[in-house]
Amino acid sequence: MTTLPAKTEKKLGLVIDLDTCVGCHACVISCKGWNTENYGAPLSDQNAYGADNSGTFLNRVHSFEVQPEAADAAAQLIHFPKSCLHCEDAPCVTVCPTGASYKRVEDGIVLVNESDCIGCGLCAWACPYGARELDQAEGVMKKCTLCVDRIYNENLPEEDRQPACVRTCPAGARHFGDLGDENSEVSKLVAERGGMDLMPEQGTKPVNKYLPPRPKDEMPEFDVLAPFLEPVAEEPKGFLGWLDKTLEKL
Amino acid sequence: MHPAPSVIFFTTFSGLGFGLLFFLGLGFPAVTGWTAFAFFAIAYVMAVGGLMASTFHLGRPERAIKAFTQWRSSWLSREAWCAVGALMLMGLYGLGLVFFDSRWTAFGILGAGLSMATVFTTSMIYTQLKTIPRWNMKLTPLKFMSLSLAGGALLAGQVDAALVLLVIAGLVQLYAWVEGDKAFAGSGTDMASATGLGGIGKVRAFEPPHTGTNYLLCEFVHVIGRKHSQKLRVIALGLMTIVPIILLALPFSHIVGVLAIASHIAGVLTARWLFFAEAEHVVGLYYGKR
Amino acid sequence: MNQPVIDLSPKVSDEVRKTTCYMCACRCGINVHMKDGKVAYIEGNKDHPVNQGVLCAKGSAGIMQVNAPSRLRKPLKRVGERGSGEFEEIEWDEALQIAADWLEPVRQTNPEKLAFFTGRDQSQSFTSFWAQNFGTPNYAAHGGFCSVNMAAAGIYTMGGAFWEFGQPDWDHTKLFMLFGVAEDHDSNPIKMGIGKIKARGARVIGVNPIRTGYNAVADDWVGITPGTDGLFILAMIHCLMKAGKIDLHYLAQYTNAPVLVINNPGGADHGLLMRDENGKELVIDRATGKLTPFDQPGVKPDLAATYEKDGQTHRPVFHQMAEMYLDDQYAPEAVAERCGIPAKRIRAIAAELARIAFGEAFTLDHAWTDFRGEKHDKMTGRPVSFHSMRGISAHANGFQTCRALHVLQIILGTVEVPGGFRFKPPYPKPATAHPKPHVGLTPGAPLNGPHLGFTHGPEDLALKDNGTPARIDKAFTWENPMSSHGLMHMVISNAYAGDPYKIDVLFMYMANMSWNSTMNTRGVIDMLTDKDENGEYVIPKIIYSDAYSSEMVAYSDLILPDTTYLERHDCISLLDRPICEADAAADAIRWPVIEPDRDVKGFQSMLCELGAKMKLPGFVNEDGSQKYADYGDYIVNHERRPGIGPLAGFRGENGDQAGRGAVNPKQLDQYIENGGFFVEHIPDGANYYKPWNMEYQEWAVTLGLYDKPTPYLFSLYVEPMRKFQLAAEGHGDRQPPDHLRERITSTMSPLPIWYSTEEDNHAADYPVTALTQRPMAMYHSWGSQNAWLRQLHGHNPLYLPTKLMRANTLSDGDWAKVTSPHGEITVPVLEMAALNENTVWTWNAIGKRKGAWALEEDAPEATRGFLLNHLIHELLPPKGDGLRWANSDPITGQAAWFDLKVRIEKAAAPDESQPGFAPIKSPVGTGPKDLTWKVGN
Repeated sequence: MTTLPAKTEKKLGLVIDLDTCVGCHACVISCKGWNTENYGAPLSDQNAYGADNSGTFLNRVHSFEVQPEAADAAAQLIHFPKSCLHCEDAPCVTVCPTGASYKRVEDGIVLVNESDCIGCGLCAWACPYGARELDQAEGVMKKCTLCVDRIYNENLPEEDRQPACVRTCPAGARHFGDLGDENSEVSKLVAERGGMDLMPEQGTKPVNKYLPPRPKDEMPEFDVLAPFLEPVAEEPKGFLGWLDKTLEKL
Repeated sequence: MHPAPSVIFFTTFSGLGFGLLFFLGLGFPAVTGWTAFAFFAIAYVMAVGGLMASTFHLGRPERAIKAFTQWRSSWLSREAWCAVGALMLMGLYGLGLVFFDSRWTAFGILGAGLSMATVFTTSMIYTQLKTIPRWNMKLTPLKFMSLSLAGGALLAGQVDAALVLLVIAGLVQLYAWVEGDKAFAGSGTDMASATGLGGIGKVRAFEPPHTGTNYLLCEFVHVIGRKHSQKLRVIALGLMTIVPIILLALPFSHIVGVLAIASHIAGVLTARWLFFAEAEHVVGLYYGKR
Repeated sequence: MNQPVIDLSPKVSDEVRKTTCYMCACRCGINVHMKDGKVAYIEGNKDHPVNQGVLCAKGSAGIMQVNAPSRLRKPLKRVGERGSGEFEEIEWDEALQIAADWLEPVRQTNPEKLAFFTGRDQSQSFTSFWAQNFGTPNYAAHGGFCSVNMAAAGIYTMGGAFWEFGQPDWDHTKLFMLFGVAEDHDSNPIKMGIGKIKARGARVIGVNPIRTGYNAVADDWVGITPGTDGLFILAMIHCLMKAGKIDLHYLAQYTNAPVLVINNPGGADHGLLMRDENGKELVIDRATGKLTPFDQPGVKPDLAATYEKDGQTHRPVFHQMAEMYLDDQYAPEAVAERCGIPAKRIRAIAAELARIAFGEAFTLDHAWTDFRGEKHDKMTGRPVSFHSMRGISAHANGFQTCRALHVLQIILGTVEVPGGFRFKPPYPKPATAHPKPHVGLTPGAPLNGPHLGFTHGPEDLALKDNGTPARIDKAFTWENPMSSHGLMHMVISNAYAGDPYKIDVLFMYMANMSWNSTMNTRGVIDMLTDKDENGEYVIPKIIYSDAYSSEMVAYSDLILPDTTYLERHDCISLLDRPICEADAAADAIRWPVIEPDRDVKGFQSMLCELGAKMKLPGFVNEDGSQKYADYGDYIVNHERRPGIGPLAGFRGENGDQAGRGAVNPKQLDQYIENGGFFVEHIPDGANYYKPWNMEYQEWAVTLGLYDKPTPYLFSLYVEPMRKFQLAAEGHGDRQPPDHLRERITSTMSPLPIWYSTEEDNHAADYPVTALTQRPMAMYHSWGSQNAWLRQLHGHNPLYLPTKLMRANTLSDGDWAKVTSPHGEITVPVLEMAALNENTVWTWNAIGKRKGAWALEEDAPEATRGFLLNHLIHELLPPKGDGLRWANSDPITGQAAWFDLKVRIEKAAAPDESQPGFAPIKSPVGTGPKDLTWKVGN
């Protein structure tokens, strides 16, 4: 089981729109809430009301500042949610000594079977993305399950069968679907918007894709828009003259 | 990486223990009876003690037995098999030497081979990680094995072999530091590839996802000053190889031998601390820390 | 492969209870999943009009708020000195008796001796009703220190502002421009809207000195110099007018641009609008050329025509606008440096507004009839929309800046049109349809009317017969004549100074006035604890209600513990601040989805009891018995006017009437059944052009929003402001004190102007503006006690632009001393490049006092976290005239938080952020060390 399936029937994953994410952390906490209550052990918190407080989260939102090269270009700020990318060549799975980590054949979701996990942490070492966190109370590895206990859950209404982070995202910056199906909505989004992989050189072949921010601060130059601001008159008096004439035409 | 005492102890002492077992398996020194018992006891205390130390690193040590299941793909699992195999074979071999005054050579040679295989598999646990460029190179197993052999020779009282092996191990360590210092930059992983935002401009981590700490930061982000690390490298190299070589060159006495071993162990522990502390995981990029 | 078999369909919960979130002011619908009678998981309600299923970080973290160790457990009576945190727990009977014993003598002798102010109160129609029944004139909520400039400017100008007043037409808008918005009210709807338009590839322009959040995803970021938004807007108005890119038809038909202004220099009516004998504004009809009331059938008001009478030429408002805004002082080149925006960019943005408003105009095939009876077969859309909140309003020039923004919207013809900005019921509602302030008090009897409202001239000011302020906060006085939300930030300062008078009891709710909800934190702490020559506290008695162990608890004498939001009834009422959408009227409830496990009472339920105990007329039956058992009972049975109560839905005996109808005893059950809310959609064709659309006006009357159709003109020219100016010029009986005449004349221009606030804040010596923003995960949320949220924001650095980092040789993690004319703080700094180069900022309200919120004393909030509040005073630096000048907008009294000017220098790292404060004793102890939260199996 520690070996990866040669092929999965589906490639379920997320498409995260960096052009739209406002960095509100809604997905972070919704994930915390659902996964504290559901799959496996609760996500614990240490020193919850004290100094050096920390806890297990399966999804975290970073932010990066990017300074374009052009001299007068303003720096940009990009909010950057990050959770398990459910890689096709998931190094976290093959390093696992117990078979607790596995990639599901049906949909490609990478999961940890907590009852087999010895908490050696090696999978977290192998993951370039920081997607796995060892729960300090339970001693087992926790990671994004793509809400495997939501997406097929017959106790939920059909429309709610999506990961908690996607359902809650206020800006609609997170999309869920089958990236193995080129006709799926998520695949189309990736194609249209130039969806990208994180750390492609690591050879992990992530399933989750990131939509890059659209170009910023590129307001059309004034010349193009000049006709829109061509003065009707130079003096207020002239303006009132123009007003009279224009009103006649109305 | 966080230089956890458990993994430093584990790699240092299991390396030494299996190194000693390697020499014992090949009949160096050719001891029997209570002398053999003493040598084997030292080797087992180190190897088994090291392995036990590694379990302190586990979240759920009571399930450690499950680690034997994935030998087809997991180096950690293979290490478990090799270690148990080596310890069992060498146990049988030792039994013969101590109690029956018989050398069951086949067990010895096989045991020696598995002992080195154990050290190799241990090293591969680290070597395989593309996420830690400093480890992800052929020098890593070479370093683990050369050190294990040098330490084994030292413990086995094989002075000539020890002198040569210590020099080799020292050179490998030096080369590993030189190459290791270039590894992250050479890995191709940087802020631009981590974020995919390099096309826009120069990327800098701004606000982290949380103001406190988390498992990732505790485990993977350990910042060590360059000056501090250079100092420790000198100390490690000195204690690990130079001091033992000088001591071995002196007329042999047991005290000198013990001192050489002690110095070597202290040096390896220091080098192992650096091995972890200097290793940078690519995930640090997301936190603006590498 | 033999994969583990996992349960893909685990049971989610035993039951889902649908209520309304209260983790901020956004009021989203939530599904509370229950297991074993406990809260297991909270998610957004997909059917809810506000959030349509989504939910922010705060909302999802509600479970940590409901179980927070900082929850107060029982009424407390202070036994140590104020500020010590020494309390004893008492029973409710005793607590209410103490409160009544303090309050009744006040009521019987001089009700103004009670100052009753509520903080983040979402039940203002109830709390004001209580205060009115008590009879004190001293009531307000926190609007005065929040965003009254925005609310008042919107209502005076166009009968509504942003957030709860209106929203962009997200489905049609093509250009969305944000001014000064970080995280804000309406938090999820704004995110949903931005997501929606971004998905279509529409453009977002963010104007903000700081590029985070919404401004980070904006396609264009304008890193403006703080406090100059008004100037930037007027420059765009200049460009648009000069180019004739204005909607003349819209201006003529729907605004007071064509209304004639009386020209009578030196006269008492100079500058007032010309009206007929019925008070109707007069215009020249273009068809007849005659003077006529604006609203007559078929009238085509003329924007250009003047009117000659008695040898004077009376010109329409629009003439004055042309004269004023075409002036070169508003040319982009003239304002560029001050605003920190290149002239070329100002023009480019103005041109883009014009291109989209006029070049991409479109029509919807909705037939409608306007208030003049003219029938239109379609609706013209101008797909440009705006949103703004505190960023531009929390300045001393904020009212005029907000006005300027509305004028920009209006000249583009983008208000209440497809693709533009649209009101949410009960708005549009002109200022004249709102109450006026009331301060008529009679000992032992209710006040003569509602406290807050809109003044329309000096006659409406809240002054005593001797001309002194009637209210403790000096709202509606010459210092701030149009202070529609009161001035909560001045209450303690004024009460302490006895200016205008002393009070006996300060009664507050959800207002952390001894910490982050006040300016001049240290000073306010001193005012709360200072004693007079007799050894009595200068502010004699303080009653406080809060659900949590906030910093304010220690400074109060009697604590009446409130419930958490899942343990209470509430109504988000159309009488108050409802949750309507542009296409629908809506309101909602909260109900106790769990029962408190502590001896606490919902604040409003407690007021029902306390009100009855004191026999307040609205709270007792004829026989003197308690009228409302609790707030839930009030919500169902109270009627403001016959047939109109707190909730608009499920009225009438059968629960089938909307808006108007008899009391329905099962109303709350029906709300719960419906998901905790009620929605009534506006018919197609009535949902745009609402102020002038007769179909909407009639619908609004049916629903009880108005008693009769109330069409009106947008006020580009706000006549009441001119009335205050006339008084300052010496006209009329009510006269301002001399020291305020010049300021009233210069600031209360009836057409929007811009003025600098820098000199008052000593910008020459303190050249850097210091701002705060709320983090999205904590906005309005009291988040530090929340085990999940405090991991995201446990301490706050001061962000410095690259230029200031270099100038002060600072690097990340260094400390800096930040000095304002009022005080200094020493805090850790971090660099930020995407920031206006003369602005520094930090996250607001992260810093906490040691001992508060059940946090351990070494919590990062208390050691590294800090407040900018220490640098901001409620008064401006003394001007040498011996007068106390409030650090507030001179028109509305809005607290000018963002006028803060500082200077920065590198400092040695102290052990902790400075100033440090001694710990206060926690009445609830501290929380548990670790959490593994899971309920049910």
